[in-house]
Amino acid sequence: MTVTAQAPPAADERLGKPRLLDQLVVRPEIGALLGALLVFLFFSVVTEQFLSLGGAATWLDDASMLGIMAVAVALLMIGGEFDLSAGVMTASTALVTAILSTQLGLNVWLSLLVSLAFALAVGALNGWLVMRTGLPSFIVTLGSFLALQGLNLGVTRLMTGSVQVSGMRDTVGYESAGFLFASTFQIGGQSFYVSIIWWVLFTVIASTVLVRTKFGNWIFAIGGAAQSSRAVGVPVVRSKILLFMTTAFAAWLVGSINILRYASVQANQGIGLEFQYIIAAVIGGCLLTGGFGSAVGAAIGALIFGMARQGIVYAGWNSDWFQLFLGVMLLAAVLVNNMLRRRAERVKR
Amino acid sequence: MTSLIEVENIGKTYGSVIALSDVSTVVNAGEVTCVLGDNGAGKSTLIKILAGVHQHDQGSFKVEGEEIRFSSPREALDHGIATVYQDLAVVPLMSVWRNFFLGSEPTTRFGFLDRKKGREITKKALSDMGIDLRDVEQPVGTLSGGERQCVAIARAVYFGAKVLILDEPTAALGVKQAGVVLKYVAQARDRGLGVVLITHNPHHAYPVGNRFLLLKRGRALGSYEKSEIGLEELTRQMAGGAELEALAHELRGVEA
Repeated sequence: MTVTAQAPPAADERLGKPRLLDQLVVRPEIGALLGALLVFLFFSVVTEQFLSLGGAATWLDDASMLGIMAVAVALLMIGGEFDLSAGVMTASTALVTAILSTQLGLNVWLSLLVSLAFALAVGALNGWLVMRTGLPSFIVTLGSFLALQGLNLGVTRLMTGSVQVSGMRDTVGYESAGFLFASTFQIGGQSFYVSIIWWVLFTVIASTVLVRTKFGNWIFAIGGAAQSSRAVGVPVVRSKILLFMTTAFAAWLVGSINILRYASVQANQGIGLEFQYIIAAVIGGCLLTGGFGSAVGAAIGALIFGMARQGIVYAGWNSDWFQLFLGVMLLAAVLVNNMLRRRAERVKR
Repeated sequence: MTSLIEVENIGKTYGSVIALSDVSTVVNAGEVTCVLGDNGAGKSTLIKILAGVHQHDQGSFKVEGEEIRFSSPREALDHGIATVYQDLAVVPLMSVWRNFFLGSEPTTRFGFLDRKKGREITKKALSDMGIDLRDVEQPVGTLSGGERQCVAIARAVYFGAKVLILDEPTAALGVKQAGVVLKYVAQARDRGLGVVLITHNPHHAYPVGNRFLLLKRGRALGSYEKSEIGLEELTRQMAGGAELEALAHELRGVEA
């Protein structure tokens, strides 16, 4: 069949002006954007530091570390899977880098490479186990979460005699690696962490892949209906394994930023963060059932997180209130998402 | 002219269970071969052999005159045999054009999705089949059940299928929607495809079919050209004795 180039067809006369709700169906991140705007305005009014450059540097940094992970987790969730080991992975990768550099005297760059390989291997193992066993990823990665947690503590204690690795500042290559992962840049006399750039970069790449590439199309498809995708030739197993590896890569990035910024790492770090990533992704419009969501949305979800967490500090309130805020946000987001999905899936016979 | 598909005395057993035995039929270009039978009659087994999901263990299976044995659905697809499953047709939350191109996405020189091309081709392919959609960006889930089947059929046709196997395309549909799907089945037939239509409803099969293969308990109950059998007789053969009354009741509802 040949398709001749033709002038773009005139707008279909049956297409009325799309209603706002109909547009929301195809733009999962709109809800999060409105939420972010509200939170931003609220704390800008009730606190003084929030709107300052210094304030922005703080909440952007908070959001960036969460955001890198939330975006990767969002891709995985759109692909229909969870990764509960994502939080602990940020500590595992930092520990591998730190132990290799401080205990074995490896160049930091080499340690980073090894920990990257380690992360990708764990991600691939997660994915392979999920696909091979057919078990829910929730269970499989709960297993790897516990296993990594044990490894983190056990190996660290074995190697250092304590549950903390420090002394990164004296290692070879710390300065140059630190420049890439943990330096700061100046805007208007205020230092911002370079992690913010990583966050934006990662979001842009993830979003482009998701919306503009073949692989992105497959991510939506395998999360929406894995069997149907397989029937038309989508490599479901390979794609899902790649998504688990992407999450692991993001965990390596965050772990590397952490270890190079603080020069030390606790073996029990990262526990509980996996739920924050999932929450940020859900606030950003991802469905828990897969097949729908947005990378930009997850980044905005992380931004809401960062703004609220730091805003509450600036307002001088007890941080307990943050949990309340989080709970309400999450419920609201899930309700909105569900409504949108019902609209999208509504069957007319 | 060689038939697109020709099966002769084909059979399949699962352990000691004889799922299919001694069944013969042909699928010609531009014709519809209907496979009728109640649940458990062996319809699924037959199409799974044709689609490459299972392999036959008796008889012969020829595609365009050549003896063949598919080892995977992909291989059947490569031979131009596309199967549209009733419940596995599309991904509901994805847009129409993304569904249409799923697994064979058009890309630009830089490896990005060619969204413009995708939308245009989808719209054109669908309208060639007589399906006029308002917006190919809408999620497939917002389409009616019949329209979804049609998108899947149009996709198979566009990607060069020579034989289209439709597994109960009208089973979950209302009367009107079933009529719409049958119209597209006829469209595909008129475009020169060989169609295998699986159904348990003779009223859906008779208007579009050229050939009717009736299965019961894994065996061929009869195989007829359209000229050899009328709708009444087809229905009677399919229902058989006691069930006839209940079926007649159902059919009165359809005619009304």
